[in-house]
Amino acid sequence: MADHNLAIFRGLLKFKSNETKIWGVFILLSLITFVEVAFGITKPEFLTSHRFLSLKYLNWIFITLTLVKAYYITWDFMHMRDENSSFNRMVVWTAVFLICFLVFILLIEGDYVFDVYVENYVKFNF
Amino acid sequence: MEAIVTKTGTEENSWGGGDRPLNAGYGKMMIWFFIVSDALTFSGFLASYGFSRFKFLDSWPIADQVFTHIPFVHGNYPMYYVAFMTFILIFSSVTMVLAVDAGHHMKKNKVILYLFLTIIGGAIFVGSQAWEWGTFIKGSYGAVETKGGKILQFLDTDGKRVAIGDFAIPIATEREDHLENEGIWYESEVARTSFSLEEVKAGFLANESYLIRTQYLDEHGERIVLSREESIAKLESDGKLIVEGANLKHNEYGTPLFADFFFFITGFHGFHVFSGVIFNLIIFFNVIIGTYQRRGHYEMVEKVALYWHFVDLVWVFVFTVFYLI
Repeated sequence: MADHNLAIFRGLLKFKSNETKIWGVFILLSLITFVEVAFGITKPEFLTSHRFLSLKYLNWIFITLTLVKAYYITWDFMHMRDENSSFNRMVVWTAVFLICFLVFILLIEGDYVFDVYVENYVKFNF
Repeated sequence: MEAIVTKTGTEENSWGGGDRPLNAGYGKMMIWFFIVSDALTFSGFLASYGFSRFKFLDSWPIADQVFTHIPFVHGNYPMYYVAFMTFILIFSSVTMVLAVDAGHHMKKNKVILYLFLTIIGGAIFVGSQAWEWGTFIKGSYGAVETKGGKILQFLDTDGKRVAIGDFAIPIATEREDHLENEGIWYESEVARTSFSLEEVKAGFLANESYLIRTQYLDEHGERIVLSREESIAKLESDGKLIVEGANLKHNEYGTPLFADFFFFITGFHGFHVFSGVIFNLIIFFNVIIGTYQRRGHYEMVEKVALYWHFVDLVWVFVFTVFYLI
């Protein structure tokens, strides 16, 4: 583990030592958090009024930024970048596949129950 | 280290046990597999939160209107405190990875310093979480729950929230506490709120500009505010009890499910942070007495660091799901 892969952004940014890379990633994660919080407080009109796949644009931005943060925490703080690619895939692909499946199934089902409440004869209006 | 290693007798093969085919030590590999399974647990929780939210899509509480407090400061500040908590946890992740890095270079004193900072960060986070829970449980404005279990909140002339304690008109009553020895023994006294429904009703009728905000959302995602006539009619016909704060059954911010998920998911995460702090403390003392220095490597710090980063990773998702979306 003495040799760390010191490049991020697909080699665009290369750090001199592992320690400077850690601080670089920290600045990146702080910036992303700052952007998230700024969006969360201001909630720009043009991002909340349009939807893609029944989610507001703003929420897609939040999810994307979260996944970016998760990537850098896993790859650089947890040193997944330096592990064997087969080990990396064993951990990451398994988790990503199962989580996508779970989220997909449960959200579709929740949306269905919501439709039942809205369109059924039974009204929940008291 | 070698004392507890059992040999398989097939060490010469690459999968025989003597080699490290994946170039990762046994312990580190197992903590990764534990992390995968724990990630699935958390994703199960968050996905079921998503399920319930989609199920009640038109009446789910808006996080900005729930978490609005900062310690020692009055006023309405959504998001800031939880952003601070996120920052603290990310920073403690940084000090942890710096400790791992110092461990690779066998710099014992630096490992001690960075581990210490990590523990402090974790403690601040757990404390903040406890404060957040306390604020949520205590509530801030109070609300009326309807017969259908829906929440009605009160707005003043400017459309700002108004606390029930500020406008309720006290009515003298002779209601006494039910004691077990003076009635049916298996019925116990229900929690008494600081004002009764009748007092809040009287106060609402007396303040002619006050309106009621329901927990339902309009097409822009804002909560629907009733007109004065509708407000009075709603309160008279459907109002059932007063809710102050939140517990597992009642929640002044909206549907009780929101409070249930909040307690369960942030509680489970907080427990992870707490146990992470304990693990950190254990290896912190081991580093101080020089266990890993004598062992020749700091892989144990690395393993605990993986767990600690995972806790941070989960918080990144909890933060998004609970507070942002």
